[in-house]
Amino acid sequence: MSKRQVKVYPRFERLWHWSQVLSIVILLFTGLGMNGLHHLIPFGPAVMIHTIAALALLALWIFATFWLFTTGTWRQFVPTLDGLVEVAKFYAFGVFKGEQHPHKKVIWRKHNPLQILAYFGLKMAVFPLIWSTGVLYMTYNFWEHLPNAGYYINIIANLHLLAGYIVAAFIIVHIYLLTIGSGFRAHVKPMISGYEDITLTSEQESYLEENEPWRLKDK
Amino acid sequence: MSIRFLRRVGVASAVLFAFAVGAVAQEQTRTQSTAQSTVDLSSVAATSPAGTGSTADHSKFPILQREFTSGPEVTTACLTCHTEADDQMMHSIHFKWKFDNPRTGQKLGKSVVVNSFCGNVAGNEPRCTSCHAGYGWDDMSTPPPRQSTVGTGWDVTLPRPTPEVQQSNAVDCLACHDRSGQYTKGATMAGHVPVEPVKPGMKTITGAAAWAVDLKQAAQSVGMPGRENCGNCHFYGGGGDNVKHGDLSSVLYDPPKEVDVHMATEGLNFTCSTCHVTDKHTWAGSRYDVLASDPHGTGKPGERRDVATCESCHGNEPHPVGANPLLIARGMKLNDHIDKVACQTCHIPEFARGGVATKTLWDWSTAGQLDNGKMIKRHEYTQSDGKELHTYLSTKGDFDWGEDVVPYYSWFNGQIEYTLADATIDPSQTVEINRIGGTLGEEGARIWPFKQMIGRQAYDSGNNKLAYSHVWGPETDTAFWTNFDWANAVEAGMKAAGAEYSGEFGFVDTHMYWPITHMVAPAEQALECQACHAQDGRLEGLTGFYMPGRDPFSYAGMLGIAMVLAALFGVLGHALLRKFTKKAGG
Repeated sequence: MSKRQVKVYPRFERLWHWSQVLSIVILLFTGLGMNGLHHLIPFGPAVMIHTIAALALLALWIFATFWLFTTGTWRQFVPTLDGLVEVAKFYAFGVFKGEQHPHKKVIWRKHNPLQILAYFGLKMAVFPLIWSTGVLYMTYNFWEHLPNAGYYINIIANLHLLAGYIVAAFIIVHIYLLTIGSGFRAHVKPMISGYEDITLTSEQESYLEENEPWRLKDK
Repeated sequence: MSIRFLRRVGVASAVLFAFAVGAVAQEQTRTQSTAQSTVDLSSVAATSPAGTGSTADHSKFPILQREFTSGPEVTTACLTCHTEADDQMMHSIHFKWKFDNPRTGQKLGKSVVVNSFCGNVAGNEPRCTSCHAGYGWDDMSTPPPRQSTVGTGWDVTLPRPTPEVQQSNAVDCLACHDRSGQYTKGATMAGHVPVEPVKPGMKTITGAAAWAVDLKQAAQSVGMPGRENCGNCHFYGGGGDNVKHGDLSSVLYDPPKEVDVHMATEGLNFTCSTCHVTDKHTWAGSRYDVLASDPHGTGKPGERRDVATCESCHGNEPHPVGANPLLIARGMKLNDHIDKVACQTCHIPEFARGGVATKTLWDWSTAGQLDNGKMIKRHEYTQSDGKELHTYLSTKGDFDWGEDVVPYYSWFNGQIEYTLADATIDPSQTVEINRIGGTLGEEGARIWPFKQMIGRQAYDSGNNKLAYSHVWGPETDTAFWTNFDWANAVEAGMKAAGAEYSGEFGFVDTHMYWPITHMVAPAEQALECQACHAQDGRLEGLTGFYMPGRDPFSYAGMLGIAMVLAALFGVLGHALLRKFTKKAGG
């Protein structure tokens, strides 16, 4: 057993994450502007930027999905009950008592179980909801001749709005949780450098040294 | 899947973002750059200035090298060559003042309808028919005369000419074709021309002091109609500059580009007939039967389209799809609007622009007040050019005016149904003098801008019908403008129109709607999206459909906001708790 600096977030994953951050910030800002919640950007430019940012994010998601499956990283995002209750308990009680975060990062599980569940919900429910309603919303003129199209666009637009607010609420909690445990800086750093301290068994270490040496930072 | 490939993809996405952000900046400077037009103007520009390229110089025609003493004499000369012109003209609305609406079946036209301005033509003919495209129509109960024997000036004592198979010299060719600029018609001469000796106090149809028209010069000058020919009547409808339409004023004689991008003399220099194309003296474009949606667009190359719609030149995808992703999104989204929103709605942001106000309210019920037997005249509206406009006249009542007026918006399918004098009205409600046809979701109905005229006018309170009134008639003892007696004026008006009258009258509130389609602003001055896509936007009155931006606090919106607030307060509470428990724990 040894602690090594392991590349847990390869370059594409970091680019994916930060491009997603940028596009979601742009989408939320322009989206809520179009919705009439603020008037910091005129409606026209908001529509243009929102459309392009959304299309770019969709393209990114297509590549990310491809990447997840071809690299096997998708396994990181499969929900597990193992340790879930402990993490939840920690956030609800333990953190106030000065306890340590119960999750120990391992190479095949870089996220904690609660985190995985949140990302899974995001990937499987919220994001599909937002892009499907978004695409329908954007292509309204192709189906507006259908019966009751005017009724459906109202529902679609409101679902899209609601999904946007869910993402906004997620971001608030997501950022806040970075401050718990090893702290905000320590949590953000791996998503910039790619490296994180991981406890490796000697088998894992020798496997990585042999097969994926680029993952390991020199001691 | 190599890492290098993925790296490139990532870089490409990042570049796309950077590009998008850069393009926004570019978009914001677009307004300063030259606006792109979607129309090839090479063909219209060539035919635009009236009369250019003609093969005939009318001053060389022997028949025109003589003195003329009346309009009909000139027409007689015109018809020696233009043998069918009189027949064509006499079938046009300009001459008949009658329009059988093919879609509603209503019989309309100036000779029939009641409006919320001067009311009606019947009983007031020589004044109203001063703008008739003919000579000598002084009785609405008969069709306009075909022949005129009038020599020097207008003389009502002359016998009425008898219609024969001969040509119809009572058509006014010069009103539309004079290019000398000094042809006019007397304001109270039933279409006739002021010649020597000009009656003292006589005015022209535009309200100027009348002069003796040189008919020889006018006859020798003829050409295709310029904007003055149309404007001298159409800009002065309702008895003054821009009174009626709101989008047709004397500003259009020489408009700056900001007022009318098509007619600007410094720009495209369109005449009226560049859009209002003609076929056998019949014009495209009708306020009674509007082509409110024109999915036909430009038509096939070389196909003649006798319509005056925007789409007939600009097509059905009029917004240019730009050269970068943002402008593509913009152009496509704007083009998505055209099945629901008329071009005019965004591209005529306000009407009565350029410094000439339009009349927005006319209350006849207060007319007739006198100050010790003398007429009261108040001029309390100052137009932007400094001109004082009347706000009360003993002859006409109270007025209000507006400049740069924000239109009234409505779904419009092109059909306008009139409340004619034979229709029963409900005087407890505001009577719609004309009703705008078209509803949300109806095929061919789009959101259009209108001038809403607010009126209060006489009605037959015994029969609950709109009333005709006799206002002009200096020699009668019943005309309101000289006698100030409503009872007599209404009775005489009803008699002149041949309408049944109960003998009782009252005043009723009215609204009248005028489609706004002129004074198209340059593209960069079109309405911004948020003029409508906002809370309390311009389309606030139009409901029943989803429009982004006007309801941020829908159920979904409220739920979303509650969720975000819950998340915020949740993490704040959690953070505070952490802080205090840490303290407690030392």
